[in-house]
Amino acid sequence: MRPYFAMLSARFRALLQYRAAAVAGFSTQLFWGLIRMMIFVAFYENTAIRSPMPREHVIAYIWLGQAFLMLLPFRPDYELEQMIRTGNITSELLRPVDLYSFWYSRGIASRVAPTMLRSIPLLLIASVAGWIFWPGLPSVLACGAALAGAVLLGSALATLMTITMFWTISGHGISRLLGVSAYFLSGIVVPLPLFPDSLQPLLNALPFRGLGDVPFRLFTGHMPVAELPAALAHQLAWAAGLAMIGWWMLSRATRKLVIQGG
Amino acid sequence: MPQIVVDNLVKTFRIAERRPGIWGALAGLARRRYRTITALDRISFSLEEGELVGYIGPNGAGKSTTVKILSGILVPDSGEVKVLGKTPWQNRVETVRKLGVVFGQRTQLWWDLPVVESFDLLRDIYRVPQAEHKRTRDELIDLLDLAGLLDTPVRQLSLGQRMRCDLAAALLHRPKILYLDEPTIGLDAVSKLAVRDFVKKLNRERGVTVILTTHDMDDIETLCERVLVINEGSILTDGPLQDLRAAVTTERRLIVDLLDEDGQISDPDAEIIAREGRRVTLRFYPKRVSPAELIARITARHEIHDLFVENPPIEEIIARVYGSIRP
Repeated sequence: MRPYFAMLSARFRALLQYRAAAVAGFSTQLFWGLIRMMIFVAFYENTAIRSPMPREHVIAYIWLGQAFLMLLPFRPDYELEQMIRTGNITSELLRPVDLYSFWYSRGIASRVAPTMLRSIPLLLIASVAGWIFWPGLPSVLACGAALAGAVLLGSALATLMTITMFWTISGHGISRLLGVSAYFLSGIVVPLPLFPDSLQPLLNALPFRGLGDVPFRLFTGHMPVAELPAALAHQLAWAAGLAMIGWWMLSRATRKLVIQGG
Repeated sequence: MPQIVVDNLVKTFRIAERRPGIWGALAGLARRRYRTITALDRISFSLEEGELVGYIGPNGAGKSTTVKILSGILVPDSGEVKVLGKTPWQNRVETVRKLGVVFGQRTQLWWDLPVVESFDLLRDIYRVPQAEHKRTRDELIDLLDLAGLLDTPVRQLSLGQRMRCDLAAALLHRPKILYLDEPTIGLDAVSKLAVRDFVKKLNRERGVTVILTTHDMDDIETLCERVLVINEGSILTDGPLQDLRAAVTTERRLIVDLLDEDGQISDPDAEIIAREGRRVTLRFYPKRVSPAELIARITARHEIHDLFVENPPIEEIIARVYGSIRP
């Protein structure tokens, strides 16, 4: 475990350096949070239909989404993407480590470090402003456990995106496809309980719900704490499955690898 | 028993080609055209422990491909390789643990970490015990004069500094074998000397086996007893540097500094190949005339300020080896 933990912690420290990115991200998320909140408030004030989710839940859900946005796998690991493109990937292959685990630990750091930088001030502001109401300890703990599951799941998805780069060289296509799916289907844009009932079985089966919707609803209480074990099992099963696919693809990729130049 | 054995190694690459222009691009959508390039064509050699071998050849000859196969990064089409008794591409992790590799054009250090943190990270990646790591690291810092660079992020290092740090990084786990792929490329004279001295010391004092690929003939002259010349995927010659010289040409050069600016010089057994002011370069063949005899004749007949005999420069030798197989 030593090499993987060392990579995780080095990457974590490196990512904490990016102060400007954190400040920029924080203000962007604050802005989007305000806009989304106003849109939903307008909806709720002008509808007679009973919504499947109370207004306070939706607002808290939105702010949690903004706070934990960086858990989502938006794009492949930028450094690895560059390495694959330029052939510097040789230096990664020269390390006596299981490459998948090595990259997966990078993925964990890339989820946790930026999330930490943004979530703490955003949660603070949202709490002080009264947009988020803090539930009892069990709900908070359940949410924390599901967030940990989301980190594992998000890292598996991001690492898989990185590995597809061996085939496509450019990361744009896959980040549009997978990244946008994750963005939309995790509930960041519209909370998943507000999606049509007919879509719910599909949303429940896909992995993306575990990246946001599950921990957020555990927090607000929309999902009872008793459902945590099932939710965790769903997250971890997907994470393990995606990790296995990623590991297999990577071992295939390195066997047919072509490194051009110098 | 040899440390590295390469037997009949073949590696081909399939490269997608696109015909030029819009029609070429469209045709490529329907059917790809591939071209097969043979990077290595039945290469064989073996290396004993403690050897320092120069592996040279023109760009695209297959040098880096060989090094990558020996490191377990690339899988060859056919042929056998044993590095420390194991097939590298079947045991990548185990093989690279015992290797140090430096690619002159790339760095294995982490761009945004200070040098010392890169070293710490490598310690954990190679699972080197703390005390041993400290000992090796301090030794390398001393040998390569890195003390002032340790807290600098890698991206801020100059090329020469970075290369010294990369060398240290490749040796922190005390590998038995070191592959250096163009380690002096782009370096200034002082840095080149530092790198050469270091490699020499490493090989002579610690017995590290070194494979050195380079385009710098001074690297070869000062470091390598044995030289492998490769071109278009085949090994042209393999042997000591003197043998290579002898195989290509037996000529020597006699360089004469005349006293007089427009003094003339001639001899039936020597041919003038260059003249620069008072300095005349003559070509002769020791088989036809012994150096002593030629010098005696010339000093007797001409007013000479100074003279010396030398081998043709290694660049010319290599150029002739490369040239000899081209039409």
